[in-house]
Amino acid sequence: MASPNTDLDLWLAQQTDKSLLRFLTCGSVDDGKSTLIGRLLYDSQLVLDDQLASLKKESHNRIVGEEGIDFSLLVDGLAAEREQGITIDVAYRFFSTDKRKFIVADTPGHEQYTRNMATGASNADLALVLVDARKGVLTQTRRHSFILSLIGVKHVVLVVNKIDLVDYDRAVFERIAAEYRAFAEPLGFKTLAAVPVSALRGDNILRPSAHTPWYDGAALVPYLEEIAVSEDRSAQSFRFTVQWVNRPDLDFRGFSGTIASGTVAVGDDVLIASSRKPARVSRIVTMDGDLTRAVAGQAVTLVLDREVDVSRGDVLSHPGETPEFSNQFQARLVWMNEEAAFPGRSYLLKIGAQTVPATITDLKYRTNVNTLERSAATKIDLNEVATVTIATDKPIAFDPYAANALTGGFILIDRLSNATLGAGAIEFGLRRAQNLTYQNFDVNREVRARMKGQAPRIVWFTGLSGSGKSSIANLLEKRLTAEGRHAYILDGDNVRHGLNKDLGFTEAARVENIRRVAEVARLMADAGLVVLVSFISPFEKERRLAREIAGDIDFTEVYVDTPLDVCEARDPKGLYKKARAGEIKNFTGIDSPFEAPSNPELVLHGAEEEPAVLADQLHGWLKF
Amino acid sequence: MTQTRLTHLQALEAESIEILREVAASFERPVMMYSIGKDSSVLLHLARKAFYPSRIPFPLLHVDTTFKFREMIAFRDRTAEEYGFDLIRHTNQDGVRDGINPFDHGSSRYTDIMKTAALRQALNAGKYDAAIGGARRDEEKSRAKERIFSHRNASHAWDPKNQRPELWRTFNTRLNPGESMRVFPISNWTELDVWTYIYSENIPIVPLYFARPRPVVERSGTLIMVDDERLPLLPGERPREEVVRFRTLGCYPLTGAIRSDAADLPSIIMEMQASRTSEREGRLIDSDSVGSMEKKKQEGYF
Repeated sequence: MASPNTDLDLWLAQQTDKSLLRFLTCGSVDDGKSTLIGRLLYDSQLVLDDQLASLKKESHNRIVGEEGIDFSLLVDGLAAEREQGITIDVAYRFFSTDKRKFIVADTPGHEQYTRNMATGASNADLALVLVDARKGVLTQTRRHSFILSLIGVKHVVLVVNKIDLVDYDRAVFERIAAEYRAFAEPLGFKTLAAVPVSALRGDNILRPSAHTPWYDGAALVPYLEEIAVSEDRSAQSFRFTVQWVNRPDLDFRGFSGTIASGTVAVGDDVLIASSRKPARVSRIVTMDGDLTRAVAGQAVTLVLDREVDVSRGDVLSHPGETPEFSNQFQARLVWMNEEAAFPGRSYLLKIGAQTVPATITDLKYRTNVNTLERSAATKIDLNEVATVTIATDKPIAFDPYAANALTGGFILIDRLSNATLGAGAIEFGLRRAQNLTYQNFDVNREVRARMKGQAPRIVWFTGLSGSGKSSIANLLEKRLTAEGRHAYILDGDNVRHGLNKDLGFTEAARVENIRRVAEVARLMADAGLVVLVSFISPFEKERRLAREIAGDIDFTEVYVDTPLDVCEARDPKGLYKKARAGEIKNFTGIDSPFEAPSNPELVLHGAEEEPAVLADQLHGWLKF
Repeated sequence: MTQTRLTHLQALEAESIEILREVAASFERPVMMYSIGKDSSVLLHLARKAFYPSRIPFPLLHVDTTFKFREMIAFRDRTAEEYGFDLIRHTNQDGVRDGINPFDHGSSRYTDIMKTAALRQALNAGKYDAAIGGARRDEEKSRAKERIFSHRNASHAWDPKNQRPELWRTFNTRLNPGESMRVFPISNWTELDVWTYIYSENIPIVPLYFARPRPVVERSGTLIMVDDERLPLLPGERPREEVVRFRTLGCYPLTGAIRSDAADLPSIIMEMQASRTSEREGRLIDSDSVGSMEKKKQEGYF
């Protein structure tokens, strides 16, 4: 008699031999996606007794099949969805048959949830595109199919659902199938099948239905069991993304990460993408013991034979099969945020384990998801798809998405809210020379400013020592930098110690001091920067001089109006104390006058609000 | 080795390891929730693998409601000693002071104070920006919709209508001050995957999962183990020895046992193959009302 362990080992071996198919269901609202998945779970006997009991209770007053169950209740998990009868977010479901294991991503139909559909598609091998036999191919059917092709899903099954509601009419099915095939032809799916089903009644789900004798293809589940989708990722070029530097002590330095594609063996020569430095793999470490070879998908720790500079985000490859390494590329972008994307805005780009600031430098065209036609555009709205060029602040390692989704797919992140704004697929890298056509334009202030995605300007802060000028300017600079703008503060500290260290505090020296600062501010603004000048600048005449030097550059005078007694009480540098003691001469407010600006653009009351509040107000008024 | 494609379990293991490494590399103060159950045992095993030969670079946090099975606590302390990880134990002392228990205050209020509020306290006290948990998408309908990196606002609440898109394995790990992330590395595992992995990797689990004679009382069809003298017996009620085991572990007064002879892993896996009820049925907190888990999650329950 076989022991239970032997039985189990046999059974485990069978489980192990089963392959895994990850697929998603998509299509328009009310096409019956959740009902279809509920049906698949029910038919594969995965609905358990307690679930079935609570389901029958909940199915009261709903549209049910012969089993007395509204199958969509099995998968519509969120309370809001049950109330509205729609599917908001991707739900992941698991079932298996004797031949295969399945992970299903049930994705939302409503247009505003297209981003969730893209989430489901990004890890799927195959997609079921559902259409309602009564309605045929809709806008959302086309949109989803286009996104499938963009995300790189290669296999599609068109599921013509609710075929019972059109009396199992062959002509209806064939018309819809033909229309969809014509639309999908340019999308380049590797396989495309069409199946007429009724998810509610179970027609053509597990086995061919007697109601559709005219249909000679496979029923849905047998089709899913048999279709070959796997790409052999191990046969592709070796890519290893360093996620985490593993350094338990001084004797061990390894690089932990996952093999995105290809294979690696001990003794292999590898190249580090960022430095182009070579090294040799000396160990492949796992807790289960060292390996001699590792393949795509494995999470391992590589030890190299020499000290080379490798950090998180680096990509290792074999020499001669290296990824591209560039700071400019063309990509297709799906926008997923209510706030539109504009060329010139700065975002964070994450690809693999690399995160870098990036800017959309050019919006080449938008693709109409209904007709696949291209049109010019100045922005990308929610759920739109566009082809763009992107420049990153420093070079990144990548492959074209078509060659490798894991090293060619990226997300864009908002620098302030940290929301995920969009997802992109890199088409190809651009060399600098291809992109910058110097002969077409003169390099001038506008060009430099556009590269930075901002309008250059000078913001001139004036006010007593201790009034809060520098604190406000600092907070504003931080906020601008977080938004991806390039700003710089000029203040007494960084000017008096260098450029103007030859100047004293006589009246002539003070005028020269301001003149130089105004000239430097103008040069910096001409270079495209937002310049924040924080100087006491007590005399009206000097401030007028600064404005004149700025010329046609936008100049904003901000008076930080804080009463002398408040400034003196703060005395952050102890200067008032020294001035009162006579240790400093000509100190503004004590023995030298401050001429309050007669006509400043803005006045901030430094005694009434915190610097952070004032900086926020200023940011709003300045309309950056 | 000529293998070029990973088995189903190897692929799941690698995916989980990648997620754990991403947490360690991206957050300043991660913590791993350790509930002592089988999913926690798997998570701990995966974390050891992810960072080997380094130690697990974050502490483990156990929220002790004071009503956990005694065998769970013993297992926890044994495991912490054997693997040498940093273990943080937290109990809601306000609840202890007020004598909060599931008998007098009801399961929902008790869970709210000793579990949900306690977890919030512990996460705030440790200023943790990422909390790793062992939830799986096959467990429950609202979990089936949660991201692997699941964003929480400053009051630990989940906004299911506004989840970040999550493409490929490119996780957006960025947070604003006060926000945090819950991370679920075994999202894509099923209960069967967990058991087969425990079997093939020989992972230690709490003995309560194995059938043994245990003192139980039966209440409205649920078998409750009399783990200590705090369980108030109803008039005429007397504990009796039955051969039972647990499919899921939590607070003993709120965790139903099942009658079973499955005393080792092979028998458990075989039994599960034949079983016709889902594992959370043994948890009394889920059946309060439809959508109760989602509501708890929005309030900050893990």
